[in-house]
Amino acid sequence: MKLMEVRAPGLLTTVQDLGREGFGPLGVSASGAADSVALRIGNRLAGNDEGAAGLEMTLLGGTFHFPDGGVVALAGSDFFAKLDEVPLAPWTSAAVKPGQTLTVGATKTGARCYLCVEGGIEVQRVMGSASTHLLSGLGGMEGRALRKGDVLNVAAPRQTFRMFRKRTVDGRVLEKLKPRKLLRVTDGPQSDWFREEAKRVFYGNTFRVTEESNRMGVRLDGAPLTGTETGEMISEGVSLGAVQITAGGLPIILFVEQQTTGGYPKIANVIAADMHSVGQLRPRDEIRFERVEMHAAVALLEEQEKWLCSKELILE
Amino acid sequence: MPLPIRTRFQVASDQSLLVYFDSSHSREQQSQISKAVHEQVRRLVRLLEAEPVPGVRNVHPGYASVLVNFDALQLRPEKLQEILGGCLERMEKVTLPEPREVEIPVCYGGEYGPDLQSVAELRGLTTQRVIELHAAREYLVYFLGFVPGFAYLGELASELVTPRLPAPRKSVPPGSVGIAKNQTGVYPVATPGGWRLLGRTPLKIFQPDRKEMSLLAIGDRVRFVSISREKFAKLERA
Repeated sequence: MKLMEVRAPGLLTTVQDLGREGFGPLGVSASGAADSVALRIGNRLAGNDEGAAGLEMTLLGGTFHFPDGGVVALAGSDFFAKLDEVPLAPWTSAAVKPGQTLTVGATKTGARCYLCVEGGIEVQRVMGSASTHLLSGLGGMEGRALRKGDVLNVAAPRQTFRMFRKRTVDGRVLEKLKPRKLLRVTDGPQSDWFREEAKRVFYGNTFRVTEESNRMGVRLDGAPLTGTETGEMISEGVSLGAVQITAGGLPIILFVEQQTTGGYPKIANVIAADMHSVGQLRPRDEIRFERVEMHAAVALLEEQEKWLCSKELILE
Repeated sequence: MPLPIRTRFQVASDQSLLVYFDSSHSREQQSQISKAVHEQVRRLVRLLEAEPVPGVRNVHPGYASVLVNFDALQLRPEKLQEILGGCLERMEKVTLPEPREVEIPVCYGGEYGPDLQSVAELRGLTTQRVIELHAAREYLVYFLGFVPGFAYLGELASELVTPRLPAPRKSVPPGSVGIAKNQTGVYPVATPGGWRLLGRTPLKIFQPDRKEMSLLAIGDRVRFVSISREKFAKLERA
């Protein structure tokens, strides 16, 4: 088994895969990669199944030592990484010689970068997933973010004794999967609780991502929605990407480590195809919402999936 | 067989559908928490666990609803609605497991129950009376939600009904027993929280490496038992 040593953990680095499903009745949300599109592509570059576990880094990456070498790929926002002294661009795979160190820097644009290693990170699966759920201390590396001195196991690759072939992503396809700041939403289950005036504020204004945003939810600041008595209802299940309007009239987008139930009305819901864009939002980013119909949302997801699964995506 | 309770579907997102078991959507007629409605919620969750629908990823029960998450690439909401409609027709045939009776020891007041005094003052009761009222009842686990293992228990004695704290605490210690409106519950993990804290249990409410990860499940009956600080310390070590 190959190892990976954490020399510096970065700001918030966790083990993530595509999340755990089916434990809703116990109050467990899916968790999983905040930008699942990036993790899936990163895994394909590293020669893995797209759901293999990788490391999710946030704003500032870590430093990782590979005593046994391996194959790595970075995907997501550009964190200005270096393999020893040589810059390593995202969206490309690289062979790591035994004893080399990968230093991942900070991002200037998005929020998250994934480090995928050939074979995938091996941790004890909790409820069928390697994903870390930070709030409840579930999964990943002891249910927590990585620390200096942690040693991670790398699983055996699917194919052994394979010659390294550098893989990259087609720039034109990548352009189509680029994170957006204009988030497309469908109506939420309580859309009709909100008066036209409140909807005009919601769809007509720019909202700013606040520092309190995390994997549980993205808290927005901006013009509060007026003309609506936002009240509380009896608790009901809340979906990924639900846009709750809190007592102060400001929106919160429920994210991967979301609470599973809640009592605030939901004006809208970010479409599945734009959830990975939420994973690249950083504090002070400015976003807007655009309403689309349900059939359009599904068509956009199908199109995204077509690009993600296309042969043209990965160039060898 | 006609259903005693009206059901209604509401699309929640491009990958989730809500099944409501009354008219809780309308604010004017917003339903009260009801045991009969809860029974329907429990039946549907049970049915979907026993006979999983391909493409359904997760279900989230609430007081009067079940949110069904699905893979939008595999299922259309219209199709899912049709399948769930079939489930609803078979609800009466679902056998529910006997509810378990769970006792939760609680050390009330002091550092464990920082809001005991203020709840007593708000309701014009002695702290002793608040404890008696809280521990006297058997509560129903309406559902688990919010965070892993958090059981929404109801209903409180009317004398104890108190609004949430005006500003939630940044972090509530695990095991804290709180009340909010006509509900009570135990925080399984340290989370922010706005419920008023009456005491704390030494029991582990949620442990992923235990066979029964969650101490409580939907439909269970719960009683709180007042214990001393010494007993708390002893149980905590156990």
